[in-house]
Amino acid sequence: MAVGTATISRPVRERASRGLWRDAGRRLLRNGPAIVGLVCILIFVVGALLAPVLSSYDPSVGKLVDRMKPPSPAHLMGTDLLGRDEFARVLYGARLSLQLGTISVVFGLFFGIVIGAAAGGLGGKVDALLMRIVDVLLAIPGILLAIGIVAWLGRGQIQIMLAVGVSYTPIFARLLRGSLLALREADFVLAGRSIGASRLRLLVRHMLPNALTPLIVQATLALATAIIDVAGLGFLGLGPGDPRVAEWGEMLTDSARFLQSAPFLIFFPAAAIVISAIGFNLVGDGLREALDPRLRR
Amino acid sequence: MLKYILRRLIGAIPVLIGLSIILFLFVRLLPGDPAIAILGQHATPALILQVHQSLGLDLPIYVQYLNYVGGLLQGDFGASFINGRPVLEDFLLRFPATIELTVAALIFAVGLGIPLGRLAARHPNGWLDGIVTVISLFGISVPIFVLGYTMVFIFAVQLHWLPATNQIDARLQLPLRTNFVVIDAILAGRPDALVDALKHLVLPAVALGSIPFAIITRITRASVLDVTNEDYVRTARAKGLTERRVDSRHIMRNAWLPVTTIIGLEVGGLLGGAVITETVFSWNGVGSWVVDAIQNHDYFVVQSSILIFALIFLVVNLVVDIGYAFLNPRIRYA
Repeated sequence: MAVGTATISRPVRERASRGLWRDAGRRLLRNGPAIVGLVCILIFVVGALLAPVLSSYDPSVGKLVDRMKPPSPAHLMGTDLLGRDEFARVLYGARLSLQLGTISVVFGLFFGIVIGAAAGGLGGKVDALLMRIVDVLLAIPGILLAIGIVAWLGRGQIQIMLAVGVSYTPIFARLLRGSLLALREADFVLAGRSIGASRLRLLVRHMLPNALTPLIVQATLALATAIIDVAGLGFLGLGPGDPRVAEWGEMLTDSARFLQSAPFLIFFPAAAIVISAIGFNLVGDGLREALDPRLRR
Repeated sequence: MLKYILRRLIGAIPVLIGLSIILFLFVRLLPGDPAIAILGQHATPALILQVHQSLGLDLPIYVQYLNYVGGLLQGDFGASFINGRPVLEDFLLRFPATIELTVAALIFAVGLGIPLGRLAARHPNGWLDGIVTVISLFGISVPIFVLGYTMVFIFAVQLHWLPATNQIDARLQLPLRTNFVVIDAILAGRPDALVDALKHLVLPAVALGSIPFAIITRITRASVLDVTNEDYVRTARAKGLTERRVDSRHIMRNAWLPVTTIIGLEVGGLLGGAVITETVFSWNGVGSWVVDAIQNHDYFVVQSSILIFALIFLVVNLVVDIGYAFLNPRIRYA
């Protein structure tokens, strides 16, 4: 049969949705501030990965004759009290700070998802008990909780990641539980229940994937605060405590005494913390807008 | 309303019990022997025995817990292992300085955050909104210690406009009665001391208040924008009300609700942030005391100060929730 072509006006072309994440990714890449954020993060990721290529200095070894030199072509960001190259320390510090921040948030997400899923999925007494535990953790201001845990476990990288992770757990758990509670009465969950899907299957296969979106946005924003919190612990003398590795917060504490004589020693690690935090905040905000375009005004 | 308050008070009891258990275990479950963790590897057996006795480690764990809670209820929060002074006494001595700092930070955050948020919402996506958005982005991205040092470098080291450390110039010899330096200066009728105390407050308060300021600005902007698009606001405008009346009676009255909640939640952040701010500015409050205690392994001070901080946070949140219920009848009757 021949198809008539002349009589039908062409419909308005609308790009078909290619799934939540693809659409969100496209919207994210069209969001100016989010792109700036991505660039901020990329600078440090690339810097951290290529640290040995970008700087020929060892971040833990310095020459005392070169101590406290201001920025120069030989030492782009100057040298610290022990004559170590500040640029190399900021680059290698990016490795540690990004790693500590990211894994802290992953820990927080893991504990938060386990607690939130159990509470929101199972309900009843389990929910009541878990939420009381979350209430207890929420009653302690986040950084104070992290300080308490590091004071308890002792200094070290794992301890810091656990401490910061645990301080984020109640937020993630609450958020996930809230989303799951809202989903419990959703049509597709009722449909699943009516055809006899088990509670666990409903939770893992149907409810969790639909409840993860706000959690991912929150986790991206938490990356910014985690980097600040890790640096804050370092600043309070609760950092990794290993003189061989550079950590931005500890670098700040070590140079605080020289604010008057060598302000550049504070400026560069401080700028690194701020730029990476701005990056994650911008990407987090962009992701939130991309996943929920109604938010955009 | 009374029923609501009562319900909230009863709801706080399990949280308090949970907190007391966690903090009780904090010292008891220190890795290895708690006494050695407290005293260090080179402790003498006599000292170790003394710690064991004061902790009651030879008693069954539930008896230890009941003794601990019994002590708390009588205001006994334990004593410092470094100087033997009761924790509560030292806490109360330093707490006024922390309150002064947090209140000043809150005044800065609310006093600047709400008007800026409203201003930004009035011209969404305009240049003013852009500037406010960038300021609040920096507010949440710049750590307290970075902002603190930057301000010290500019305003104290370079310009000599404001003092960088302590609460008051010691040369003024202000007699302390309440330990609230600002109040003491007023009580003593010393305008010179009052001005000096306020000058000392500016930098730490701005550093501590920067994060709540940014969050309050963002929430106010979002909340005002939300309400502005509501039908009842359009109706109010359509029936010819003045813009001022629409703003005060219809927009702000509804926009306050999320802002109030956030202000309450930020108090917890302020208490936590005080720990770092006080360290930067050598502020003689509870925060710097906790940091010293951690560095000296004075676990009783750490344990009790976290407990007291959490208690204060719970009380503040309760007050905020009651205020919220007062503002929003839907909560009261839910």
